[in-house]
Amino acid sequence: MADVLPTPSQTVGPFFAIGLRWLHSPELVPADHDLAVRIEGQVLDGHGEPVPDAVVEIFQADAQGRFPPDTEDGWSGFGRCGTDEHGRFHFVTVKPGRLGDGSAPHLDVSVFARGLLQRLVTRCYFGDEEAANAADPLLAQLDGPAAASLVAPLRDGAYRFDVRLQGEQETAFFAW
Amino acid sequence: MTANPQSVRPDPPYDFPDYRSSELRHPRRPLLTLPDGPTERHGPLFGSSRVRPEDADLTTQHAGEPLGERIIVTGRLLDGSGRPIAGQLVEVWQANAAGRYDHPSDQHPAPLDPNFTGAGRCITGDDGTYRFVTIKPGAYPWKNHRNAWRPAHIHFSVFGRAFTERLVTQMYFPGDPLFAHDPIFNSVSEPARERLICRFDPDTTVEEWALGYRFDVVVGGHLATPPDPATPA
Ligand SMILES: [Fe+3]
Repeated sequence: MADVLPTPSQTVGPFFAIGLRWLHSPELVPADHDLAVRIEGQVLDGHGEPVPDAVVEIFQADAQGRFPPDTEDGWSGFGRCGTDEHGRFHFVTVKPGRLGDGSAPHLDVSVFARGLLQRLVTRCYFGDEEAANAADPLLAQLDGPAAASLVAPLRDGAYRFDVRLQGEQETAFFAW
Repeated sequence: MTANPQSVRPDPPYDFPDYRSSELRHPRRPLLTLPDGPTERHGPLFGSSRVRPEDADLTTQHAGEPLGERIIVTGRLLDGSGRPIAGQLVEVWQANAAGRYDHPSDQHPAPLDPNFTGAGRCITGDDGTYRFVTIKPGAYPWKNHRNAWRPAHIHFSVFGRAFTERLVTQMYFPGDPLFAHDPIFNSVSEPARERLICRFDPDTTVEEWALGYRFDVVVGGHLATPPDPATPA
């Protein structure tokens, strides 16, 4: 019997772009897709400074609430975007459909960076889904600032989702 | 799909002062419990993607052969119950034999190798096997503390079957004298460190051609308690 103890995480370090750029995929659908939405934000450190060497990944259901392998057209539900010199990232995707568990539409988000010995995990909700967000079982459990950190307001045609790794307005992060 | 509740994740803490870059990048609030919902239980699939067999050979991506010690690195991608994960993506990146990354922010005075980029990928086989041909990376200096040198390592990025099984790690080589001095390696608790070290394997080694190493990657498992220091501010 092989040793099946889980392998520990290690940081992506500063040079991950060499390996991870191949799957760089901020656009899950074309920008002119009927249902396309844009999500943009910044990764910020404990001093509020941009983190220019992070990589953000999302995973989500398709517009019908389906996941691979039950999706069509090669939809993987996966997006990856490295941050630029201003710590900025973006995704073009669709709002996920209803999942049947009472949750509001959301993306699962991973953040990797130099200085993070393991990824940080959070969720991104959509600011214009007030009714669904109000009924979401996870958001309901959180205190006001934690819940607010997960809900991306819609401004000028894009959902704004900043990830604050540390500090006053620290993003709510998760474990399981 | 669900991880074996017996297997507790051995991940390092977010706050690890010996690793200076963690200082302003670790959360101070306790982590919250992630629901075990549909998004968490599923994951992306790359089986039918654009990965080509030659992407797994880092020594044939350029006109000539890279300098250095040719090696084969192989192993299996397994879930927390020891079951193979087939058809999933494994990505690797590494420094060249001189310890230099082909990246603009690596400026340490070791030569770039025009025949080596240092990136590869493959899709696991039916029994979870991946296999790369590459060269052994060199140690390299970094500015964390006086005379800080990273032990030779290959970065690994893998996907399990579920979002919660996503893992990025580093694979080290047996017997490296730099282990005792490396905060990133030592951020992992002592008993779990050996799981980051590959093992020399005569059966993987190819006569007169390349040394063989084995390294299994096991994803899954639960974070023990809402993890780590999560020290209140
Ligand atoms: Fe490295």
